[in-house]
Amino acid sequence: MYKIINYLSEMGHSSIRRIIAASSVGTMIEWYDFYIFGMLAKTISVEFFPAGNPTAALLSTLAIFAAGFIVRPFGALVFGRLGDKVGRKYTFLLTLVLMGGSTFLIGCVPGYRSIGLLAPVLVLLLRLIQGLALGGEYGGAATYVAEHAPSNKRGYYTSWIQTTATLGLFLALGVILLVRSSMPEANFTPEWGGWRYPFWISLLLVGVSIYIRLNMSESPLFAELKSTGKTSVNPLRESFQHRANFKMVLLALFGAVMGEGVVWYTGQFYAQSFLETKCKLDFEQSRTILLWAIAGATPFFVLFGWLSDRVGRKWILMTGMLLAVLTYRPIFGYFLENSIALNPDATVITLPNEMYWRFVGLVFLLILYVTMVYGPIAAFLVELFPTRIRYTSMSLPYHIGNGVFGGLVPFIGLLLSTSFPGDPLVGLWYPISITALCLVIGVLYLDNKKDETVMD
Amino acid sequence: MLLGPLVIYGLVDAATRYIDLSGQKDINNPVVWIIIVGIFTPIAIGLMIFGWYAWKGDYDRIPHSAAELEEDPTRRR
Repeated sequence: MYKIINYLSEMGHSSIRRIIAASSVGTMIEWYDFYIFGMLAKTISVEFFPAGNPTAALLSTLAIFAAGFIVRPFGALVFGRLGDKVGRKYTFLLTLVLMGGSTFLIGCVPGYRSIGLLAPVLVLLLRLIQGLALGGEYGGAATYVAEHAPSNKRGYYTSWIQTTATLGLFLALGVILLVRSSMPEANFTPEWGGWRYPFWISLLLVGVSIYIRLNMSESPLFAELKSTGKTSVNPLRESFQHRANFKMVLLALFGAVMGEGVVWYTGQFYAQSFLETKCKLDFEQSRTILLWAIAGATPFFVLFGWLSDRVGRKWILMTGMLLAVLTYRPIFGYFLENSIALNPDATVITLPNEMYWRFVGLVFLLILYVTMVYGPIAAFLVELFPTRIRYTSMSLPYHIGNGVFGGLVPFIGLLLSTSFPGDPLVGLWYPISITALCLVIGVLYLDNKKDETVMD
Repeated sequence: MLLGPLVIYGLVDAATRYIDLSGQKDINNPVVWIIIVGIFTPIAIGLMIFGWYAWKGDYDRIPHSAAELEEDPTRRR
């Protein structure tokens, strides 16, 4: 124990910066890989899942829903177990190789017109591998950084990992817009057109990241456990069959991550889709609004992570959730009133300059809530579980919260708007009610006390 | 504790109402519903268990160290 304290205290600023950078860049690239598939879904479906073929339609549904809802939590279990048994470093190196390899290969699969049903089958398999790898990556990166951080900087250091999901989205949007604008549409959409470039670029990004991560050493806390033979024999059983730990997994899920997941998804994805489909904003404006808002809000992940080291994690998380519950309907209502409601017959709307920047400001606010609930969450989760089962225990609630609760926002939104067609904002009741429930549970049961040591 | 069964009932009820093989939307697609009901059922059961623990006062004091987790007399589920 004292050896580790000495190791951490002697570690220079440049070492910790290298650790944070190596972990964050890899995680950001994994998010980039995962997002480009969703952002290019329209082109991908034309190339691999042609309309009118029921088998291809089934494979498409599985690629969209199974990757996020089933395979991500499953990946959390598989790689969490591996990370708690073999080590953090090699596990999140493996997830990076799997993610980068499968993304590159998606860009290499010939279309349905060339190889028939084999094309959607291969793309589905590769998409499932992407989901699996994403499920294993985050817990490893957050754990790795936290286990290198002194207790008074744990929120600050891990908040850099928290920026990666947003920066990955930013990178994916930027690369796609850049490739798309550098060529005419006729060169972008064909079977071997420009839409494949973002997938190929991944190989280069992942290569660099693997090189950096290979030069990193194992987490000192895990290395100490391993050298003394105290690693968990069965992390899954310890995490989910020991009542004391299982109840903390449930508390993490229902008292924090469930609400964080829907706030995260609503701010970063649902808002853009709402602007494009309900407000009828043009393709470019709906995306550049998000890009500006992300660029402005991203530093706040770090700010709230840093603040959580001073005032505790709980009340920052809860304030973000409370603001989301109170303001979602007014903000989205404003979007509607100042776009399609002004010109109901328009099929595409281009906002005037002043209104455009007001929309940017409001989406910035939505992402600010994301930074409040997401910035301190890694430190919060790390402190909840002991080192021997930390990777497993924190990964599963995180991916259920973000992948399942967050990922369901558009589906439940569609379900609600079909059931109650009179209210265009009815889809918001899902994120509002989930966040409100999480807020109540969190306020009642979460502890604001910071864990001084995660070396146990 | 009561929310868990309500969630399962709500999802199954919605699935039976909206599954439509001739429909074009995601909510008409039986495969999507199988995935969602399949993944949400264990989560809803988890919510019931959480409610049960909370009801019994298991969350009145949160452990702050691995040692406290080990010492918990109700360690095995």
